[in-house]
Amino acid sequence: MTIATGLWDDRPVPLIELDGVSHAYGERAVLRDLTLRLEEHRIGVVGGNGSGKSTLARLLNGLVLPTAGRVRIDGLDTAHEGHQVRRRVGFVFTDPDAQIVMPTVGEDVAFGLRRLPRAEADRRSREWLERFGLADLCDHPAHLLSGGQKQLLALASVLVTEPDLLVMDEPTTLLDLANARHVAHLVAELPQQVVMVTHQLHLLDGFDRVLVVDDGRIVHDGPPADSLAHYEALVG
Amino acid sequence: MRFLYRPGSSPLHRCPAGAKLLLLVAAGVGLVLLRDPLPASAALLAAVLLYPVASFGPRVLWQQARPVLPVLVVVGVLHGLSASWPGAYVTVVGLLALVLLAALVTLTTRTTALVDVVVRVLRPLRIVGVDPERVGLLLALGVRSVPVVLDLAAEVREAQHARGLAASPRAFAVPLVVRSMRHADALGEALAARGVDD
Ligand SMILES: Nc1ncnc2c1ncn2[C@@H]1O[C@H](COP(=O)(O)OP(=O)(O)O)[C@@H](O)[C@H]1O
Ligand SMILES: [Mg+2]
Repeated sequence: MTIATGLWDDRPVPLIELDGVSHAYGERAVLRDLTLRLEEHRIGVVGGNGSGKSTLARLLNGLVLPTAGRVRIDGLDTAHEGHQVRRRVGFVFTDPDAQIVMPTVGEDVAFGLRRLPRAEADRRSREWLERFGLADLCDHPAHLLSGGQKQLLALASVLVTEPDLLVMDEPTTLLDLANARHVAHLVAELPQQVVMVTHQLHLLDGFDRVLVVDDGRIVHDGPPADSLAHYEALVG
Repeated sequence: MRFLYRPGSSPLHRCPAGAKLLLLVAAGVGLVLLRDPLPASAALLAAVLLYPVASFGPRVLWQQARPVLPVLVVVGVLHGLSASWPGAYVTVVGLLALVLLAALVTLTTRTTALVDVVVRVLRPLRIVGVDPERVGLLLALGVRSVPVVLDLAAEVREAQHARGLAASPRAFAVPLVVRSMRHADALGEALAARGVDD
């Protein structure tokens, strides 16, 4: 099942604002004075190991709070309105094993809907399991899934809550090429705004904007081809 | 994997989780109070016969029983030598019946259904500051984490073999604990991202 891509144009995209944002873990400065306004549908983030990409991603749902400056999602401050922010921002991590929190496939998808009436939660879970080809595995123990299926489950479990923004931190790094493509294909069809950190540069084809991070700074910001050329030059 | 829910549509699968847990507790209390060979034998027979009712074959039954057999043998011999052999029979048969019945409950009940029962039972404790939802979540996370930690253990052991290290408990435990803690950190982060603390 595919989602009508026409939704793209109708759906209002949240406005992500970083205002003089810095972050330090203890003494170690990891992000330095970032000011950004992100309002495109597809935003990529690339950069070397330890450059601060994961920290930047985590700032967007308040998992990490800035040590200076402000992060706002549609005007909601992640430091003071983290609860509302996380309701609107879904997050997909690199390692699916760590983000599947329930023993079986169906239970994990339903977990995000635990505040809804059971029948409604079941109906919506089933819909997403079907969309991701996991319906037959509903009662299957999550740990017996393949790596690719696990990441699909993680993605379904986040999308079932219908977030407005999906942040993904290297979601395909642990997957083989076929599974990485499958995940990228599903993500490409989503109506939501997506911010994706990745090392698999081909996944950024068709993105609106790509940020290049180096040593805690945005050293380049532009369309994919442009940014990737800059990134390659940087790596040397 | 033992102890994990196996989907099915048997009468036992359809029986409500609360009823199954209640019967399990009743069987436990009954066996302790009666302490007699007859009820103990009857309980074991009932447990064994319930497996086919849940459409599980002898293999599944054996998988549940095997890990506890060594312990039961030790308990039985100690009990027989120190007290009486009929007493040993009652203890061993009663324990085995309870293990098989408890396994049957987990095999035929989704974790979330069991957790819901626990949450309901604990609800009165809210007045003394217990958060039943939190306890339920911890239970479910515990069930989910068992296979993850077993996988980590297998990986650590493999890594040691690959490096030609002899099996030393410390060289095994340290990396396993470190990796388990890293996993726990990541899990905590994922829970926060999924709105658990909100
Ligand atoms: N929780 C933490 N505590 C201390 N230092 C950290 C923590 N998380 C990341 N760092 C450090 O911050 C730097 C940037 O990390 P990160 O944002 O994960 O970068 P990237 O995702 O680009 O590899 C790294 O040097 C890393 O070691
Ligand atoms: Mg990272």
